[in-house]
Amino acid sequence: MGPVPSAVLQLFAMIVVLGLVYRPLGDYMARVYQSKKHLRVEKWLYRCVGADPDTEMRWPAYLRGVLAFSVVSLLFLYLMQRMQGVLPGSLGFAAVSPAQSFNTAASFVANTNWQSYSGEQTMGHVVQTGGLAVQNFVSAAVGMAVAIALVRGFARARSGELGNFWADLVRGTVRILLPIAFLGAVALVAMGAIQNFAGIHEVGQFMGGSQQWNGGAVASQEAIKELGTNGGGYFNANSAHPFENPNGLSNLLQIFLILVIPFALTRTFGTMVGSVKQGYAILAAMAAIWIGFSALMMWTEFHHGGPAFNIAGASLEGKETRFGVGGSSLFATTTTLTSTGAVDSFHSSYTGFGGGLTMLGMMLGEVAPGGVGSGLYGMLILAVIAVFVAGLMVGRTPEYLGKKIGTREMKFAACYILITPTLVLVFTALSVAFATPPHSILNTASTAVSGSHAHGFSEILYAFTSGANNNGSAFAGLNANTDWYNTTIGLAMLLGRFVPMVFVLALAGSLAEQKPVPESMGTLRTHKPLFATLLVGTTVLVTGLTYFPSLALGPIAEGLSS
Amino acid sequence: MTPSRRKQEDESMSTIPPTRAPHPDVPSGHGPGSGRVGSGLFDPSALLKSFPEACRKLDPRVMVKSPVMFVVEVGSVLTTAYAFKTPGDWFGWAVAAWLWLTTIFANLAEAVAEGRGKAQADTLRKAKTDTVARRLNAGAEEHVPGTELRIGDLVVCEAGDVIPGDGDVVEGVASVDESAITGESAPVIRESGGDRSAVTGGTKVLSDRVVVKITTKPGETFIDRMIKLVEGAARQKTPNEIALNILLASLTIVFLIAVVTLQPFASFAGDPQTSIVLIALLVCLIPTTIGALLSAIGIAGMDRLVQRNVLAMSGRAVEAAGDVSTLLLDKTGTITLGNRQAAEFVPVQGVDEGQLADAAQLSSLADETPEGRSVVVLAKERHGLRERTRGELAGAEWIEFTAQTRMSGVDLAENGGTRRVRKGAAGSVVAWVTDNGGTVADGAQALTDRISEAGGTPLLVAEADARGARVLGVIHLKDVVKEGMRERFDELRRMGIKTVMITGDNPLTARAIAEEAGVDDFLAEATPEDKMALIRREQSGGKLVAMTGDGTNDAPALAQADVGVAMNTGTSAAKEAGNMVDLDSNPTKLIEIVEIGKQLLITRGALTTFSIANDVAKYFAILPAMFAVAYPGLDRLNIMRLDSPQSAIMSAVIFNALIIIALVPLSLKGVRYRPQSADRMLRRNLLIYGLGGLISPFIGIKIIDLIISLFPGVG
Repeated sequence: MGPVPSAVLQLFAMIVVLGLVYRPLGDYMARVYQSKKHLRVEKWLYRCVGADPDTEMRWPAYLRGVLAFSVVSLLFLYLMQRMQGVLPGSLGFAAVSPAQSFNTAASFVANTNWQSYSGEQTMGHVVQTGGLAVQNFVSAAVGMAVAIALVRGFARARSGELGNFWADLVRGTVRILLPIAFLGAVALVAMGAIQNFAGIHEVGQFMGGSQQWNGGAVASQEAIKELGTNGGGYFNANSAHPFENPNGLSNLLQIFLILVIPFALTRTFGTMVGSVKQGYAILAAMAAIWIGFSALMMWTEFHHGGPAFNIAGASLEGKETRFGVGGSSLFATTTTLTSTGAVDSFHSSYTGFGGGLTMLGMMLGEVAPGGVGSGLYGMLILAVIAVFVAGLMVGRTPEYLGKKIGTREMKFAACYILITPTLVLVFTALSVAFATPPHSILNTASTAVSGSHAHGFSEILYAFTSGANNNGSAFAGLNANTDWYNTTIGLAMLLGRFVPMVFVLALAGSLAEQKPVPESMGTLRTHKPLFATLLVGTTVLVTGLTYFPSLALGPIAEGLSS
Repeated sequence: MTPSRRKQEDESMSTIPPTRAPHPDVPSGHGPGSGRVGSGLFDPSALLKSFPEACRKLDPRVMVKSPVMFVVEVGSVLTTAYAFKTPGDWFGWAVAAWLWLTTIFANLAEAVAEGRGKAQADTLRKAKTDTVARRLNAGAEEHVPGTELRIGDLVVCEAGDVIPGDGDVVEGVASVDESAITGESAPVIRESGGDRSAVTGGTKVLSDRVVVKITTKPGETFIDRMIKLVEGAARQKTPNEIALNILLASLTIVFLIAVVTLQPFASFAGDPQTSIVLIALLVCLIPTTIGALLSAIGIAGMDRLVQRNVLAMSGRAVEAAGDVSTLLLDKTGTITLGNRQAAEFVPVQGVDEGQLADAAQLSSLADETPEGRSVVVLAKERHGLRERTRGELAGAEWIEFTAQTRMSGVDLAENGGTRRVRKGAAGSVVAWVTDNGGTVADGAQALTDRISEAGGTPLLVAEADARGARVLGVIHLKDVVKEGMRERFDELRRMGIKTVMITGDNPLTARAIAEEAGVDDFLAEATPEDKMALIRREQSGGKLVAMTGDGTNDAPALAQADVGVAMNTGTSAAKEAGNMVDLDSNPTKLIEIVEIGKQLLITRGALTTFSIANDVAKYFAILPAMFAVAYPGLDRLNIMRLDSPQSAIMSAVIFNALIIIALVPLSLKGVRYRPQSADRMLRRNLLIYGLGGLISPFIGIKIIDLIISLFPGVG
């Protein structure tokens, strides 16, 4: 089979498999979050944190839970890295530097998993498995909890109550993430990913010299890395590393794990608000963007210009031959549209437009389908904006799912969409405005040759886009392990994760206080294809307009230069 | 209401007239003849007239209320300053000039909208000339200025007097000319007690004498409030307007950040931009179109109501009208014509229908009530019976209809004997027949029962002559549903609005009329308490309710309803309780009010969409112009093939300014509105304003660029 049909087939296979699990998983998650019962292990966990899982929380209380838990996690992870030198099972690695520890702690707590370190050269078993992998679970569960709180805001009336954060956190971890991650890990091991606590092997190379290979609990971390849309690889090469992602099939499994919860959450949403069709509309908007981006990515990577590309038949630089252009393009699209940030190929080596697509994918705000939880709440906020403008056009003051989008709701939604672009653009501007940081750009040679700064600019823009949108993938080519980047990207990640959550929960609280407006023929029907189209348009237009100038100076300039 | 006016009203009933062509003969805002605002005309010369006002509004303290336009003004100031720094550069001056024009155009839109209200306020002020009140003080009359009246004062008004303040007639009856307020020249009757006791200050007593008890303080009278409303002095931003402003402000901030950070990016690319270019980009990107027109849209919405003689006490009420999902409509006058009318003649067995019609007509000639006249009309229409005049029947003795006898008829000398014909309420006629020695056939009873069950009113027709007395048949009187109401209700249903008919009739009658008119529901034998309960019930389900009312007992329900339209003929309590007053006292107008509310919201949404969609083209014009020097590849984005970087930027800025002026008429008239389902409406508006907004600037900018490139020395 030629590479192009294979790529198309992979895309279709993915759609089919995701379609098969959509309903059962979505309904299961709805049951989990609506259940009144507690598992024994959950009761034990509640006793440990001293929480009553049955008290209803209003939004400030829910937010306090989110922030308190995340602050504690941040401190814990920071201290763990700082004390690595004295911890057992550290493979002899020393304590991580303060700036890098902060950056990494922020990164994992914010579900970003930006890595300014190389896993195999920095972190031992304990930090990897006991610190980073744990955050892979709970940071994802926090995102899901906030999304569910927003869904409850739509579903509930006149109460202002959003559920219980601790119950949502624990259930998301215990009943959703753990079982699926377990199955995923087993499957990965079966496909050849490693899972051990071996030390460092010194291996001789064919051409002489030697190489160091680490062992580790890789498959288990890999499963949650994808499932929780985290993306922090055990190894620096991330999913391009054969120990993490051995073959084409495991590559597809990883893509599946990334997408399965974010897509299925739309079903959970539909079920919880009492109309699965509403969920389908959100799903349709997300899927349209994801499929569209995948197709565009494959097109630009197969559409080759220049002698090297012609000989290879496609743009293969920076891609693994075992995944090919199809598998790599699908992975790159998926990882950047979902705040995952795992990579199985080097985005920096993609064509100018391909690199632009990975960046634009993140700039959309990680909503198609987005991170676990964060994708759903991000898309719902955009739906609120779309409803606001479109709702006016049907001659009523806007309402979504029976809730009025008034001044207060608009204020929270507007603040939400302001945060990430501000972080991305301001930090990027500061980075290029000061003389020192850009010197982190490693491939200055190419700049010198072409006389163009477009690629270097893309690297910096990508770094902050990735950080503020909690993606965590890197364009490569930028040495981010400097105090400047460790600190600013760390801040971008934390602010980009938690400030939006404040507005999401405030919006949820405000919605939950309202009494619902009954639907009539005059109501904008938000479960129709027209609305899904409008939602896609809003998503692309709002972000497109914000980032168009910066994209023009980076990937577009690069893409059009050939 | 004069017939011609009524006709106008009826024509405009089907929908809001979409876009009326500018009428050169009629100055902006003035209806023909009446001296009041007549229709939604837009006159281009109004733009010119409002120019000074638009310049006055450049005061930053005024501008800051519209965050988007404030940013443009700051941009204009900065650009002007930069232009001064390099006075030889035409480009800086040109951009500065067009940015100022953008700001002024925005103010112009608002000034024109306000100007139309001011014209009306002036005519109202004329009515409010200082009056001298004849106050009763312990039985004696004293002359005091109208402004010194206090609540509770009693004043005397006689023919020729201007009523000095709002109040209720407590003594006497008079005809009053209310044209100062309603524009309606036909006088109305005002009398003490009942629901026609309210009088408004500034109106004129034409005949008789009344004593009025003052109910409002000077300065807060109806006419004062009207002046404030139409002038916009009392105008506050409505909730939806505030929410939209938040969205616009946040978009402005996003674009501000995008443009401010662009300079470091540009420097990094080795191609720093001038401040003038950056400001031009910013102004083109922020949603100036909707930012400029937002306030005009709101004022124009209120104004469209005023043109239909409806005064909204707040913009909030207009917005709520768009959201209404339940309409409570009074049966009489709204759904049906004021009176019942004869619909058919049903003869008893053995009687010919023509014979019955003839008898019915004869017996109704002496009945001057609308019901009686309708019998004569039906006989003529259905059976071709010429209307006979009383004079032509010699020797006829007419029996007039009275409320006591509930019968009318005639005694005719015929063939030596006397033929007596009677028509009237079933009970009266049956008694008459029995008295005259006749018996009532069983068939007649069955007929009356059937008509009653169908919701109609049966009138019996009987005859007594030499052969004795007998019943000939029945006249079926029924409520006549106004023409076009069924279609109107169908439209409303498509818009998602439920109609509830309110009537004092029994449930049987009510159901029949409800079915005929096509309303969704009805409330029979309705008391004010029932109305109130119905409103509460609908509201508790999250629905917004609109109703009309005029009586004092309507006041609580009017206050409870989300949109309460009080009739101007109503009591002051009703007018106080409602949030709108219909000066024409036409309850059907409720439907138009809802449509105007919707139109207002649609106009806002459509122009917002248009404004945002415009940005795409502007990027394609400006970005290549800015960066094609650093990255020649970017020139491929110049898909419009604009002449030069400078003319590209100029074209975008000019388009951005001109589109505001181009859309002023639309924002004042409102976008075309037809009642249809939300889905269809959204598809239509998205196509026109979304897609249109995407495409039109490409064309507009290209045309402007072609014109600019004709100037020598450009490019």
